[in-house]
Order: sequence, then structure tokens, then C-alpha cells
Amino acid sequence: MKELMVKKINNGSVIDHITVGAGLKVINILNITSDETAVLLINVESKKLGRKDIVKIENRELTENEINKISLIAPNATLNIIKNGEVKEKRRVSLPNFLEDVIKCPNSNCITNSNEPVKTKFFFEKKEPIKLRCFYCEKLFNSEEIIF
Amino acid sequence: MKNLISIKDLNKEEIEKILEKTRDMENILKQNKSLDLLKGKILATLFFEPSTRTRLSFTSAMQRLGGNVIGFEAIESSSVAKGENLTDTIKTIEKYCDAIVIRHSKEGATRYVSEITDKPVINAGDGTNQHPTQTLLDLYSIKKFKERLNNLNVTLLGDLKHARVMKPLAYALALFKANLTFVSPFGLEFERGFIDELKEKFNSKIIQTNYIYGGIKNADVLYVCRIQKERFADQYEAEKLQKAFKITLEMIGQAKDDMIILHSLPKVTEIDPMIDKTKYAKYFEQVAFGIPVRMAILNMLIL
Repeated sequence: MKELMVKKINNGSVIDHITVGAGLKVINILNITSDETAVLLINVESKKLGRKDIVKIENRELTENEINKISLIAPNATLNIIKNGEVKEKRRVSLPNFLEDVIKCPNSNCITNSNEPVKTKFFFEKKEPIKLRCFYCEKLFNSEEIIF
Repeated sequence: MKNLISIKDLNKEEIEKILEKTRDMENILKQNKSLDLLKGKILATLFFEPSTRTRLSFTSAMQRLGGNVIGFEAIESSSVAKGENLTDTIKTIEKYCDAIVIRHSKEGATRYVSEITDKPVINAGDGTNQHPTQTLLDLYSIKKFKERLNNLNVTLLGDLKHARVMKPLAYALALFKANLTFVSPFGLEFERGFIDELKEKFNSKIIQTNYIYGGIKNADVLYVCRIQKERFADQYEAEKLQKAFKITLEMIGQAKDDMIILHSLPKVTEIDPMIDKTKYAKYFEQVAFGIPVRMAILNMLIL
């Protein structure tokens, strides 16, 4: 395998083992600002997955909310927190039991899609494949229907 | 039980307890006794969507328990017309009453209201989602006429996609191990996920068909609802379905002798008016149970 021409980051986060094709969605979720640097590697060889996407973002630690979102898009992803050029923490993202204010309800007639000050809440009816039920409108959704 | 938001919040025992209380209330009504169980209490009925039966029967039930009722029956006659949101409306009205009955066009609105007020909240319909007092009165009607709820053959027929009474009723019947047959025009079926849910949670035996005869032959209970014309973008299409999807006297000829027909009303053209006079038609008796059911619920929730 040829070496990837992407430099290591000194501080920040590396999201590894992203399902191929999901890297762009991860970048979208992170809402990279104009003064931040991020790299997206697509279709990289992987011993574990065969192929994978990788996202690196400098000088940013992800919030729990962002990690929850990533777990919905790329359930096999691993998160590496880099400090002073070293991996300080490495963990696999995992789906929580309950999502609060993480995704929007795909049902346009749900009370959460109105001018009321209400945060969305979802329960997992199943994690594999993902089946989420809205706490408010009680409708069931699969992973393709999720709106961030 | 603090609120009544969804039939899914209730287990079998809780449902049976409400139905027993309903029977007590029905007996009291039969004796023409006046009650003062909720004397001095005020119920707010907030109808952001139109209703005749549900609103009036809540009013009647509260008054029969000795309580009073305030509220509105249309957005136009509330502060919502001035742009006030639901949150502020509730934060104000909760100060005026002891319990809130609410019907709203948005699914989940009543669940949300129950989170922002300490007053008991009763769902009188939230979009196409739930209408638990209707479900309970339907269950009471079935128990009354068939003398049991368990293991019945029940057919739900009509616009299953849009009618808010059908999904919670199917759920409750599955809880009581009913053999379910779902009959609807093509395209107006229950969503696949809901059928899967019933099968997975209750191991329900379910038949789905677009053929009316298929739902009549073995049914102990035939529950009919109208085509929900107001939820169609194409009114011509809705009228076409309304005309085509109709139960006739001839079809009823194939029914079991002791089958009953229920309907949440209003009915339009889906049942031949000749059927109203047959022994099968129980819908005008069914509608009367709205009062004792709602009396039971109000009595259980308002302390």
C-alpha cells in the first residue's frame, strides 16, 4: 500500500473506520468553520473493513451530540483524540439508548417540527438495523429516513 | 395514571380497570343518579381541530360528575389566532383549570403538553396518531356486546392509513390476542412497520386484504371507518373511493349470525343505511358509551 500523503495532526480528532461513502455525511455533521482544518479520506484500504473512510479535524474535540450523530451514520467508527501528537483516547462510537436533540423528526406533522420550544426525543426499537421511534408522534423510522 | 396520552402507555390490567370503572359509571347513569364526585373542579377542553362527539361527550361527562367546563372549539376563538404558540396557551390555561383535554392537528402535541404542565392531560386526538378515549370506548363496546375481549376475530375496515381511531384500536386488540383482518382500499393500508410491530410484540395473527368480502365472513366484530376525505390532496380520488368502498346488505348476508358492526362515526356512505336497521348495527349504541368512558377517565385522573 502506498503511504497516504496526509500529515499527522498534533491536536484534534480522527474518526476512523467510517463506512465507505459515509465520510461526507460525517464532514457535514461536523459543520467545519472557516478557521478550522479538516481532511476527508475516501475509500482507504483497511484490514478490518476492506475499505473505509477517515475524517481528521484539527484542534477540535467532538461533543457527545456529534459523536451520537456519527454513531447513527457510521456505527463501526472509532474515535481517536489526539493531544501533542499522541493518541490520548481511543474508543468505538456506540449507539446510545435514547437520543435527545440529536436528529430531527422526519414526520413534518410532528409537534417537534413546529414553533414550540421542544427538543426531539427518540428511542431505539432496534439497533441492527436501526429502527427509531419518535417519543412524541410515535412514528417509526429507519436509518435512511434520519434527518440531522 | 396521571395522564391519558396514548393507548400504548396502558397495560392490559390498566385497560381492564378503566373498563370496570366505565361499567360502574354506566350503571349510575342508568339509575339517573346525580353525582358530585368532581364538584368544584374545572375541566378545560381545548379543541384546536373541530369535533362534535368527543368535545360534547367530555363536556357532558364532566357535568354529569358535577364539574364545570371551560374551553374553545376552534383556533379562531382562541389566542392562537393572534399567533400565540401552544406552550404559552397551556401555561395560561393551566392556571384556570384542574385538568386539560386537548385535540391538536400536530402528532405528539398532547405528549408535549403533558410535559409542560402538572395538570392531568387527556388526549382527544393528536393528528393521525392517537385518540385513546375513543379506543377505550371501542373496547368497552366490544366487551359489552361480545362479553369478552380476548381471542375475538376482529376486522378493521376503511381508510386505515389516515383514520386515527384504527391504529390504536388495532394495537389494543392485539394486546388482547385478537385475530385481526385489515381491509382497506389499495393504497390506504396500515404502514408496513406497524403490522411488523404487532407481529413482533404480540405475535398477532393478521390478514390484510383489499377485498371487503374477505373481512366479513368470519368476523365477530366488524369495525368500519369512513374514507378520511379531509386528509386527501385529490378530493375527486377520495370521492371515488368513498363510492366504491361500501358495505351492502348483500355482503352482510355472509356474516356470522352474532357479528356486530361498530363505527366511530360520523359515517358517510361506507355503510348502506339499510344496515342501520339490522341486528348487526351497534354504532348508535356504541356512541352512547362515550359518556361513561369519559366519566371514568375524568374521575380517575382528577383528584
